[in-house]
Amino acid sequence: MITRIAAIASNTFREAIRDRVLYNLILFVLLLVGSAVLFGQISIGIERIVVINLSLTSISVFGVLIAIFIGIGLVSKEIEKKTLYTVLARPVRRWEFIIGKFSGLVQTLVVNTLFMTVGFYAALLYVSHGLGKTDLIPLTAIYFIILEFVIMVSLALLFSSFSTPILSAILSFGMFVIGTFAEDLRNFAVIAHGPMRWLLTAAAYIVPNFASLNVITSVAHDQPVSLALAMQNTVYALLYTAAVLCGSVLIFERRNLK
Amino acid sequence: MPALEILGLQKNYTVGFWRKREREALKPLHLTVEDNEVFGFLGPNGAGKTTTLKLLMGLIYPTSGSARILGMDWREPMVKAQIGFLPEQPYFYDYLTAQELLEYYGSLSGVPAREQRRRASTMLERVGLKDAARLQLRKFSKGMLQRVGIAQAILHDPKMIFLDEPTSGLDPMGRREVRDLIHGLQDEGKTVFFSTHILSDAESLCDRVAVIHNGELRGVGVVAELVHRGKAADETEIVWHGLHAAEAIKHLGGKCRIVGDTVRATLPASQLEAALERIRGSQCKILSVNPVRTTLEDYFLETVGVSPHSAIEVSR
Amino acid sequence: MSDSRGTVTFALLLLVCFSGSVISVHELDRLRPRATLEEVLYLPSPTIIKRLSLGFEGLVADIYWTRAVQYFGSKHLANSLNYELLYPLLDITTRLDPQLIPAYEFGSIFLTQPPPAGAGSPHEAVALLDRGIQNNPQEWRLYQDLGFIYYVELKDYPAAGKAFAAAAELPGAHPFLKVMAARTLAHGGDYETSQMLWRALYESAKDPQIKTNALKHLIALRADEEVTELEQAVQLYRQRTGHAPSSFADLIQAGILVRIPVDPKGDPYEMLPDGSIQIHDYLQLPYIHKGLPPGKQPSDFDFSRP
Repeated sequence: MITRIAAIASNTFREAIRDRVLYNLILFVLLLVGSAVLFGQISIGIERIVVINLSLTSISVFGVLIAIFIGIGLVSKEIEKKTLYTVLARPVRRWEFIIGKFSGLVQTLVVNTLFMTVGFYAALLYVSHGLGKTDLIPLTAIYFIILEFVIMVSLALLFSSFSTPILSAILSFGMFVIGTFAEDLRNFAVIAHGPMRWLLTAAAYIVPNFASLNVITSVAHDQPVSLALAMQNTVYALLYTAAVLCGSVLIFERRNLK
Repeated sequence: MPALEILGLQKNYTVGFWRKREREALKPLHLTVEDNEVFGFLGPNGAGKTTTLKLLMGLIYPTSGSARILGMDWREPMVKAQIGFLPEQPYFYDYLTAQELLEYYGSLSGVPAREQRRRASTMLERVGLKDAARLQLRKFSKGMLQRVGIAQAILHDPKMIFLDEPTSGLDPMGRREVRDLIHGLQDEGKTVFFSTHILSDAESLCDRVAVIHNGELRGVGVVAELVHRGKAADETEIVWHGLHAAEAIKHLGGKCRIVGDTVRATLPASQLEAALERIRGSQCKILSVNPVRTTLEDYFLETVGVSPHSAIEVSR
Repeated sequence: MSDSRGTVTFALLLLVCFSGSVISVHELDRLRPRATLEEVLYLPSPTIIKRLSLGFEGLVADIYWTRAVQYFGSKHLANSLNYELLYPLLDITTRLDPQLIPAYEFGSIFLTQPPPAGAGSPHEAVALLDRGIQNNPQEWRLYQDLGFIYYVELKDYPAAGKAFAAAAELPGAHPFLKVMAARTLAHGGDYETSQMLWRALYESAKDPQIKTNALKHLIALRADEEVTELEQAVQLYRQRTGHAPSSFADLIQAGILVRIPVDPKGDPYEMLPDGSIQIHDYLQLPYIHKGLPPGKQPSDFDFSRP
């Protein structure tokens, strides 16, 4: 079981790496980080804050784009191209396939983020002329961003297992945007009345809670993140992702492949 | 124990957006394939051959019915470790090389890690792709893809192999190679089930065939018996050098065709001895004497409900 | 059909994990009650937020407006003394959507009033309103609100009168405003003028929180007025008899009062041994300046519930 999932994961990873889109995005981010340094030189005194804000935001945005861009095709592309036939004719369970695909893309994003982090710290080093203990704080933000990726991959995969790439992209992106305002959605739900209240409450929990995973602004001001928050975020991301993956499995198990 | 038992597998699709209709892609099918057989599944395009194979591979789910493969319920994941499948017009991950693909598939089929590389190379050699092992699949021709397809189907040494149109798109050389391969698999003790609409392949390879049309099984039979039905035993064909005896043969009720000084005559079997006497009497050199067989094609067209004559019109 | 035992397993797992995620969200909300709002303090400027809104300023303004209301409401419920985020939130809201009048109006009341009724920063409120007027020069309500701040909190009657006069000029202005302008300049600070002011606000305000607040001020003014009158009655009695009355009954007997006086909440006023007047339960009457227990300073604490 593990061997098969691992094999599918590493094959998915290999596909992403050989897909030249990935290289372009990394290049783009490195360029962006470079421009952040330039930007910082124009507004005096806050280069460090600007570098952190801009870099972390780019890492987040580009990672989410990759997660969606590749994620939406994880299943649908295989069904479309019929590459899935010879895979499922082997002793691979459908749920193993889903988990394998998921792991492969997460692996890709982690590797990608690693590169971006190196670039980020290079820029930070340049701007701060030396690194201190407070410079470790952004790592928590990056960890949270990776948790965001994990959630986004699972969502893109969910949509990929039953809908077309374009619709999947729209739905995934929508979930990301609304998820950023999940906390506000819960506030609205508290004020609302009647059926609207139930609708909003349901929506507020179905949508991913990205509000708590976004600590970029406070990290830019060297505010440390509490361990309790980090642990609870991890727990949340794992539970939510697991639920979404179960959804993907349930849908995919049922599908008649064309 | 039969290698394959199809027990009433049925597949209906609902079609239409507003008024849903049921399309019967496969009516309840009952079929048995014996161990170490080469079984041909024949039918025109759209008859339900691919549907049957997809059902057996678990790619689609039946409306009703079941099957047993190698004695196990067809849904058991472990069944898949003992069967190989080649889909119609296969497409593989084009960013992988042939070697990488087979190693990947090997790992999915439970081939031990240290074995994977060796097994992949051996398979590629067997299907004649040794030189293309490190080439990316996106650069493969159709024929090469077909061979990779066969390689991945037999990679893990399965007991039964399912092939969907294995010779489609291949040139005569390729077809011959596939046929040889299938013979080889049978010699190894494996069972082969393949679908095709190329009847000459079926005729030369299969022990038994089934004919399917419009989702319904129309007939099953042993190839050797089927081609001897009808008036097959009644006619003989003689080929010889020398024109002298031609007239005499015609009198015996035969039809002659002359090319240069070679005559090819078809005549009732009862007249065979008389004809041979005449030809030898004229001191002509006899090249061959053969009974005329109906081909599988006749049986096929008959089963499918189209008479040979009208078939010609259709194909025009 | 596919294996049903697997289906049940995954469906159950889905339910369990999702429920777990909901609980987790609650925990997260608990761990970081104000975090989303507090990041507001770290953002370089509203201009940056505007740029980040990518053209959707209206929507983002609405989100920040809702956050501002929520923020104030929950702080107010907890009788907090610290409303430091209120101005930044309203500032961002109004810079993203300069025509969001309710935001200016909300700020004019709740930025001005001392805690826990408000943020206690009348100057921030004035700054907010000045910008509001700049962006919406025809909106008479904003001038009225500005006048209000000058009158009630800053006690700058000339400035208040000027604002009311400016408001009165504008189309659609409440006819009251002309009178208000005149009275403020002439009798700024007396009960009648103040009551007119709060009554006008009460009638014209659309925001329920502002309306309720205005009503409380009106009631407080009435109470203050009555206490003053009762003090004058006590004074009159003292002049006539040479000693302080022992109860309201004495005043009634002396023909100064007609009946036992009752405060706007319905509780009878109390008379202390030295003749001073006291409200029965000062906690029920926020914003009063008179009739408080000895030693208690008027402090605009609002412990009453709406």
